[in-house]
Amino acid sequence: MSLFLEFSLVGLASGGIYVLAALSFVIVFKATNVFNFATGEMMMLGAYLFLLFDIQLGLGWGAGLLAALVGSALLAIIAERIVLRPLIGRPHIVLVMVTFGLASVFRGFAGLIWGPNVRQLTELLPRTPLFLGNILIPGKLAWGFLAAGLISGAFIVYYRFSRAGTAIRATSTDQVTAESLGINIRMVFAMSWGFAGVLAAASGIIAGSVNGVTPQLGLVALNVLAVVMLAGMTSVGGVVVAGLFIGWVETIVGAYLGAAWQSFIPYLIVLLVMIVKPTGLFGEQRVERI
Amino acid sequence: MSGPVTTAGAGSGRPAKAFAVSPRLETVSWVLLGLGLLAVPFLGSVYALYMACLIAINVIATVGLNITVGYTGLLSIGHSAFLGVGAYVSALMWLHLGTPLALNMVGGAVAAFLVGLVFGIPALRIKGVYLAIATLAAQYMLYFVFQQWTPVTGGDRGLSLPKIDVFGFGDVGFYYVVMAVALLTTLAARNLFRTRVGRSFIAVRERDYAAEVLGINVVYTKLVAFGLGAAYAGAAGALLAAFLRIVNPDQFTLMVSVFFLAAVVVGGRASTLGSILGALFMTMMPELLRFLLEAAAGPGADMAGLLSPLREIIFGALIIGFLIFEPRGLAGLLRRALGHVEEVEAKAEH
Amino acid sequence: MGGTLLDISGVSVAFGGIKALSDVSLGVAPNKVTAVIGPNGAGKTTLFNVVSGFYPANEGAVTFDGVDLLAMPANRRSATGIARTFQNIALFPGMTVAENIKLGAHHLLRTGLLAAAIYLGPARGEERDITRRIDETILPLLDLGEYRDRSVSGLPYGVQKRIELARALVSRPRLLMLDEPFAGMNTNEKARMSQYIARIVAESDLTALLIDHDMDSIMTMSDHIVVLNFGRVIAAGTPEQVQTDPAVIEAYLGEE
Repeated sequence: MSLFLEFSLVGLASGGIYVLAALSFVIVFKATNVFNFATGEMMMLGAYLFLLFDIQLGLGWGAGLLAALVGSALLAIIAERIVLRPLIGRPHIVLVMVTFGLASVFRGFAGLIWGPNVRQLTELLPRTPLFLGNILIPGKLAWGFLAAGLISGAFIVYYRFSRAGTAIRATSTDQVTAESLGINIRMVFAMSWGFAGVLAAASGIIAGSVNGVTPQLGLVALNVLAVVMLAGMTSVGGVVVAGLFIGWVETIVGAYLGAAWQSFIPYLIVLLVMIVKPTGLFGEQRVERI
Repeated sequence: MSGPVTTAGAGSGRPAKAFAVSPRLETVSWVLLGLGLLAVPFLGSVYALYMACLIAINVIATVGLNITVGYTGLLSIGHSAFLGVGAYVSALMWLHLGTPLALNMVGGAVAAFLVGLVFGIPALRIKGVYLAIATLAAQYMLYFVFQQWTPVTGGDRGLSLPKIDVFGFGDVGFYYVVMAVALLTTLAARNLFRTRVGRSFIAVRERDYAAEVLGINVVYTKLVAFGLGAAYAGAAGALLAAFLRIVNPDQFTLMVSVFFLAAVVVGGRASTLGSILGALFMTMMPELLRFLLEAAAGPGADMAGLLSPLREIIFGALIIGFLIFEPRGLAGLLRRALGHVEEVEAKAEH
Repeated sequence: MGGTLLDISGVSVAFGGIKALSDVSLGVAPNKVTAVIGPNGAGKTTLFNVVSGFYPANEGAVTFDGVDLLAMPANRRSATGIARTFQNIALFPGMTVAENIKLGAHHLLRTGLLAAAIYLGPARGEERDITRRIDETILPLLDLGEYRDRSVSGLPYGVQKRIELARALVSRPRLLMLDEPFAGMNTNEKARMSQYIARIVAESDLTALLIDHDMDSIMTMSDHIVVLNFGRVIAAGTPEQVQTDPAVIEAYLGEE
């Protein structure tokens, strides 16, 4: 029983990483209606940028972290500007396909620059395990969870109460009305991608400092799709619950059934959600006008 | 809408066939191409025969994906998983039942169709990008099955198949079989779009509610289109298994699905010619890349580490570039080069 | 009235808390032109969408020639003999004019997947027959011959409206529902459109139900008019009766 509790806590802790990545996904989907399959690759690049600035360029972890986050934001904004902006107004399927292409390019560049092997990041997170009673949680995971929680919390507060957040929310509700109210849609698009870049990078850096980075990190993170499906694709609050839940399920499944099942179960959940409640647990129904 | 809108003079001929090149020249070039394909085995090059088979198999799979993605506008990003279903099922039929290739191929296609429905039915009842997610689920879940169901699939090592001998002609016989299947399946796909069946696919892509009013069952149509794409993949997978004589999980990864998606986008969505050109181009491209790298670095240099990431960059960049700059793909480029005036300018835009 | 072809009785539709239609009843007499008019937002298109099956009705019944339409999925309704056009033109922009029109005949054609893949034989014959019918009857009737093989996307608005009409007509409907056929047209074009509609009704032995807010065109061509305002029927009768109805005058004057 205490073993189960231990796995559960570990799972919830790793779920924090999903929450961050899923927030990155949701923010883009809400603001621009683009289903960003490159979210995982943005995570991965964030982790590599940290490696680059911190160790390879020797800026140290503080400046490296800042540079990685800013760099990821810039990269995301550039991707939006160059790849997605020209496609505005084109059929939806085109916009989804293009993020798929983007993901492939990102993965390729990471492989080219940093090679296929696992690279370790600076140990930002203390190793000392945390004891809750007699339950042990690996230090990195616990601190990673705390970091993810803080960043997610800060972002959600910012999203709810800042002018920028309000503009994004208004745009996601009704683009035409938002525009007529003087909200600069292009700015909102760029901004939401920028935020998505930061969130994904933060998630990637935490994930990377727990397990190291490979170009495949983004693919593993596709489990984020299970999170957003479960949450209902548009629900910022739902993502938190769903992220923790998927992290928990994944760890429990990995512990009791074996690691191979970890890539199976989240997708099974995705399918089940589609069958049972396609709008997700917290998603909104969209009424279509003809 | 993007891309240049070119309009021919009012009421001029039938646009789909209005080549500036004379129809006779067109016929002649098709006949020449056919003769060329018949002659490939006589070149005496094992490599040429190998590539020709591979291209033909990829054409079949690409034609299938184009039905789903190009004509019907449903994004499937797990195409290689359905190829895998076809490959495994046909290999198992062969190993355990000893059935002939033709039957194995049908078995592979049917199995892929049915497995496709398992993932398509939950997703296609709902509007939106759910199919993309469901096919991604298919990609990972089927890979898991291929890899973990060791007693049946052989796990990571996969299945090895005996050499096939068609009518006692060996590799050459197999080449003609593959060519014939590719030709027939491509023609069948082309025919679909001359009838109400194909029209209903396009109608669903372009305006589903209008299609509904015209008596088209949108969900059913999407399922058929998606299942058909999967069945084509299944048939291609069966041929691939017989061709490579080995089936293992790593032949059916996400990267292979990206390969086929790129083939559709690069060749030209909603175009039969596009499927052929796309499969041809995408199959040749990595070969060309390897050749160039070897030429640049000299023989013996270890290029394997570079090849894979470069391929990913190129696949992705091709998808992005064609979507932005040439939505009609290579087929559109070719038509324009031949002076074909495109009247149905919105054809590739969906 | 000698019986009704389409019978709408007591239909109410609400979106969230907003009532789009309240207890709307009207009958469409066979071989007549019935018009539903009313200011913007009166619920005219909502009514059409209930008949087409896009919106469920919260209350009420809709029967077509005795058949309960509300129990029928949207895609089956065309086979009962109902065709419609859309306010914002719902053609398929990636196809030619001829292909668009052929789609109207979808439920009349039988070719299945296998026959289509083989094409030779029955599929080809069916294709040839429908092409001939469109070439010989539909295109001339609506003066669309010159556009036959053009993509619909670049064509003028008025022509697109006619193509939609052709697509509805090719399905051999008994009831033709036209959603704002005169919207966005100048006087000249409106006159032409009225002529086309009159010609179709006369030649094809069908019943028409149309909605618009263009009073002049409606008054001249309709046999029976129903006036909607705020989702309710406020008047019904012949054009003369409706024109002098105080409630109608108020609704229209109040709008302006």
